[in-house]
Amino acid sequence: MNRYTILVYTENFIGILNRITIIFTRRGINIDALTASESRLDGIHKITIEVTVTEEQIIQLTKQIEKIVDVIKAYCFKDDEVVYQEIALYKVPIESLDPGLEKVIRQFNAHIIAAEKEFVVIEFTGHKEDTQALLEILKPFNLLEFSRSGRVAIAKPKFSVQEYLNNQT
Amino acid sequence: MMRGADIVVRSLIAENSEYIFGYPGGAIMPVYDALYDYSEQIKHVLTRHEQGAIHAAQGYARVSGKVGVVLVTSGPGATNLITGLADAQIDSTPLVCITGQVAAHLLGSDAFQETDVVGLSMPGTKWNIQVRRVEDIAPAIAKAFHIARTGRPGPVLVDITKNAQVEFGEFNYAPCLAVRSFRPYVTIDRKAVQSASELINTAKKPYVLYGQGVVLAKAEAELKAFLDKTGIPAASTLLGSGAIPQDHASYVGKLGMHGNYAPNLLTNQCDVLIAIGMRFDDRVTGDLKRYAKQAKVIHLELDPAEIDKNVKTTVALQGDCKESLALLTKAVNKNAHPEWMERFRELENEEKMAVMTNDLHGTHGGLHMGEVIRLVNQFKEDDAILVTDVGQHQMIAWRYFDYKTTRTQVTSGGLGTMGFALPAALGAQLHDYKRQVICVVGDGGIQMTIQELGTIMQTKAPVKVVLLNNNYLGMVRQWQQLFFDKRYSFTELENPDFIKIAEAYSFKARKVTERDDLEASVAEMLLHQGPYFLEVVVEKEDNVFPMIATGCSVEEVRLS
Repeated sequence: MNRYTILVYTENFIGILNRITIIFTRRGINIDALTASESRLDGIHKITIEVTVTEEQIIQLTKQIEKIVDVIKAYCFKDDEVVYQEIALYKVPIESLDPGLEKVIRQFNAHIIAAEKEFVVIEFTGHKEDTQALLEILKPFNLLEFSRSGRVAIAKPKFSVQEYLNNQT
Repeated sequence: MMRGADIVVRSLIAENSEYIFGYPGGAIMPVYDALYDYSEQIKHVLTRHEQGAIHAAQGYARVSGKVGVVLVTSGPGATNLITGLADAQIDSTPLVCITGQVAAHLLGSDAFQETDVVGLSMPGTKWNIQVRRVEDIAPAIAKAFHIARTGRPGPVLVDITKNAQVEFGEFNYAPCLAVRSFRPYVTIDRKAVQSASELINTAKKPYVLYGQGVVLAKAEAELKAFLDKTGIPAASTLLGSGAIPQDHASYVGKLGMHGNYAPNLLTNQCDVLIAIGMRFDDRVTGDLKRYAKQAKVIHLELDPAEIDKNVKTTVALQGDCKESLALLTKAVNKNAHPEWMERFRELENEEKMAVMTNDLHGTHGGLHMGEVIRLVNQFKEDDAILVTDVGQHQMIAWRYFDYKTTRTQVTSGGLGTMGFALPAALGAQLHDYKRQVICVVGDGGIQMTIQELGTIMQTKAPVKVVLLNNNYLGMVRQWQQLFFDKRYSFTELENPDFIKIAEAYSFKARKVTERDDLEASVAEMLLHQGPYFLEVVVEKEDNVFPMIATGCSVEEVRLS
């Protein structure tokens, strides 16, 4: 089993996410994380799916996704073939904001992005291992809440959805 | 300006649809109202159940090669399509199903007969869409037809809210010619053709497996030309049957769990396996770990998701097999494989002695299903269409029916839907009233959709129903006998008087229990002009052989 990132370029079509996820459901495969957003191209959505499967499975999954009528292209990559990040937010009570916590924030190069009367929100971006490490450190600081995004990813190998769309009519 | 309901009907007419198979109800009533004015341009067939409608559309699509059209209401009307959608999806049958839906402002409110049919049908459709505005109706239907019939065909569903049906809009029908995210055809890779031809030219024991992809691609002539030139033995899958005539010199029989002895056994002795328009279904391959491991595999396949799915290919020839077969035929040398072919003939003789002679020529005891099919062959026309249900009769009819032309095989292959045959036969017959349509069905399956006898009566479709009655769910009983210590758990049926039922539906009907009466009855049926119902009481506990038991390898095919 390996961790893979599937990048899916789709039309902005109602139900497309459902069509994609049932491919995983049917095969009893859990999606580790999923992010959907608009892509660089107008009207084209990019869905980033993180999944831990065998090589055989990832090939099948990618083919099945690409088979969906409203999917333009689907690509799969191993972790070392993508540049990726995840963002994490940590809510900490204001009383915990002592020199010890300040040092942690500095070391991690994290940011306080909101300060309210009773709490602060710290933002930190990195790979899951990094955001997880900060989570463990912040737990003793009476961490109130934690939220982590799915990965966003850019592939290292060169490909162009724009070119693909231009090439065929 | 016209109502959305009229736009629906005019769009179907614009797509040259000949028939609509359907059932009315609240949320689709505006379209039914519109249909009333177009009876000259498009025919509607009122089935007795929505499942009957979709299976009829499947039968029509399989035989005609056109898109089958289904029209039903929301809620239960729509959910009754699900089995047919799943069936059409796995057997690549082009359908456009239009479902009524509650008005857009009621969506999500649990309104009367509201169901999320787009969500429900997602895994069983190639594409689906909900239309909530009148201006979106015609483009959605145009796109639906394009997607249903282009590339690997499949079922498409268009859900239209009631408000869109009654609103007024412009109608300028523009057929859909392309969808930018949907590119089912690729240019054939010439290098792959070259590699494949080299493998074929040097092969000592090449072997062709062909499936329904050949029929869907209309590549029957290309397949024949390829076989004529190469002299390679060729075996058919269930749905590929009829793609080439069975008296072709290359034809060696049928593949799969209840296929022929030689084609299964010799799969594990060939050196180059050439799979054309087939998907290595588990019923064909048996245990994949012991399937054709000695062979180099060439796969001619349109759908990239099928390539390397079950069997790893040496050379993948992705694309329309009508094109790739033609290119391959040009590239290969003229050849013949008499010794290798002889192996098939030897094993065929073994099967004849061990199984076929008894199946086809019973002399004492109960009638065998095979005897009925032998007599059907004797009296049928060359282009007669065989429609079968699912079970023992399906396997026997397939094994022994003499397929002479393409698109003469209509059966539920991938999904194995009991109840498929009767409505599918109706649809097949409506495509051409003059063709013989022979519906072979078991006593279990016929009772799942027996109400469609009424639709046959109403349409006067001259379907010939052959009920092979063993008072058992025969295939399940066979498995219980072989694998569950003869514990016949809930497989015996107490059946009604089928003849009375058939006669109540105005069929000419006859019941045969004696061997001596069979020939005359089959002859009478096939000469009869209108609908005919022939019940043949067959041996209760006959089994279908050869057989590859679940989990076994193709080389473990048993003759008894």
